[in-house]
Amino acid sequence: MTGESKAPRPSRRVRRQAVLQIASILLVAAGWEIAGRIPISPTFPTFLDTARAIVAMLADGSLPLALAITLVPLGIGIVVSALLGVAAGVAMGLERRVEWLGLPLFIVLQAAPLAALIPLVILAYGIGITTKVIIVCIMAMPVIVLNSFKAVRHAPASLIEMGCAFLGTQRQLILKVILPAAAPVIFAGLRLGVASGFIGAVLAEILITPTGIGDIITYNQSIAEYPAMYGAIASIIAVSVAFIKVLEWGEVRFFRPEKKGT
Amino acid sequence: MAAVESAALAPATGAPQPVVEVRSVSKFYGGGVHALDAVSLEFREGQLTSLLGPSGCGKTTLLKIVAGLIPADGGEVRVKGRSVAGPGPERSFVFQDFALLPWATVLRNAAFGLELRGVPRTRREAVAAAQIAKVGLGGFEHKYPHELSGGMRQRVGLARALAIEADIILMDEPFSAVDEQTRRKFQEDLLELIARERKTFIFVTHSIEEAVYVSDRIALLTPRPGRVSQVIDVAVPRGADRDAIRRHPVYLDMVESIWGGLKQYVE
Repeated sequence: MTGESKAPRPSRRVRRQAVLQIASILLVAAGWEIAGRIPISPTFPTFLDTARAIVAMLADGSLPLALAITLVPLGIGIVVSALLGVAAGVAMGLERRVEWLGLPLFIVLQAAPLAALIPLVILAYGIGITTKVIIVCIMAMPVIVLNSFKAVRHAPASLIEMGCAFLGTQRQLILKVILPAAAPVIFAGLRLGVASGFIGAVLAEILITPTGIGDIITYNQSIAEYPAMYGAIASIIAVSVAFIKVLEWGEVRFFRPEKKGT
Repeated sequence: MAAVESAALAPATGAPQPVVEVRSVSKFYGGGVHALDAVSLEFREGQLTSLLGPSGCGKTTLLKIVAGLIPADGGEVRVKGRSVAGPGPERSFVFQDFALLPWATVLRNAAFGLELRGVPRTRREAVAAAQIAKVGLGGFEHKYPHELSGGMRQRVGLARALAIEADIILMDEPFSAVDEQTRRKFQEDLLELIARERKTFIFVTHSIEEAVYVSDRIALLTPRPGRVSQVIDVAVPRGADRDAIRRHPVYLDMVESIWGGLKQYVE
């Protein structure tokens, strides 16, 4: 009985949420369409033209192929940054000496305009995939490291004290108390890092050698095929959002079950 | 020397023997704060002893030194005749802010002490479930802390402390973060618990009424540096009617006289 009376409420909430989220996307699309029809710039295509360009590129296979090419250095870079970055940040958070050693480096890296390093990386590693992976890493790593560090350093003292009072070993305290407590902020860092990594990947493809999505963007820009250029940009944004959503799911699924359904 | 004496004397006497002994324990904090000054106290088996005093008298510090969570700068803590320097399996702690893992269910939180000790999952969950039922939270095993009220959260903290079957339960202002009605219920339940389990309770509170209501003995601490000014044996008769205690003349007189003694330290 009570289950029945309660049931419609969440589903109505979910439906209202979905309606508003779709409305938000439609509003942006409508604004884009209007801006494209005025047009605010001769190089700014309408939403519908861009959508048609995306469909065309999907149909002839050029867009999926380009995304696949872009995702190789991007994927490697993000996985390396996530593993090394979280490990470095956690180590810095747990051990003062590692903090003093590593923190200045990553604060400088986070403050530096990293795109300026790209020519140096090209000089050192050429124009191959290594360079692109390194650029993704230097974009993604600092924010991942610094968030992991702060998350571990600010793990609630009372929970750590509780773990000590109940005879937790150092290892148990780290695995069962500190890391789960730090997970939300570590994941926030991973989301920001993934977003920066996408910027790095596209930047590398535009600035070094036009491949993948960067190739579609620069090529279509040079032949004034603006809908296709915008379509490529929109598609890489969509992939980035999907990536971040998968991360959010993983966080709730494996680390913070209490956030399920909130 | 003293250790040998007390160990030899204890079985002979009929009075409850001291399970925990604090011997001239001192504590200094950075910046020259003298938190505790040569505090000596005994805590007897099967009794609840309160550490009572105004804020800043170091009562929580003393409790955490007994728990082994902070080191003393002088003196020693003996548990069952052995000098201790860290936490141990015979001592269990109930925290003022509950200290529950927000990502763990009530069941896992209550079983967490056993989990850290490596007790297999099915066994520790059975023990925890029994304690959860005892503290009146049956049916909430699979809820998360944020879904519970403050009072219910502290019941989880209590279940966790009881699940490890320690002989000594240390409670740091356990009811200060719950509302007045819940607090009264907690105090009544605590009397049941003391009567039922033969455990030694050390209880920190800043409430005179609470101390007189739940304690067998009260150690009054003076502020900065914390010293024991008086140890009072509480002689309030505790009949079946728990509410009658609060109206009993002995209860009221004792609250009055403790307040008279503490008044001078309250600015």
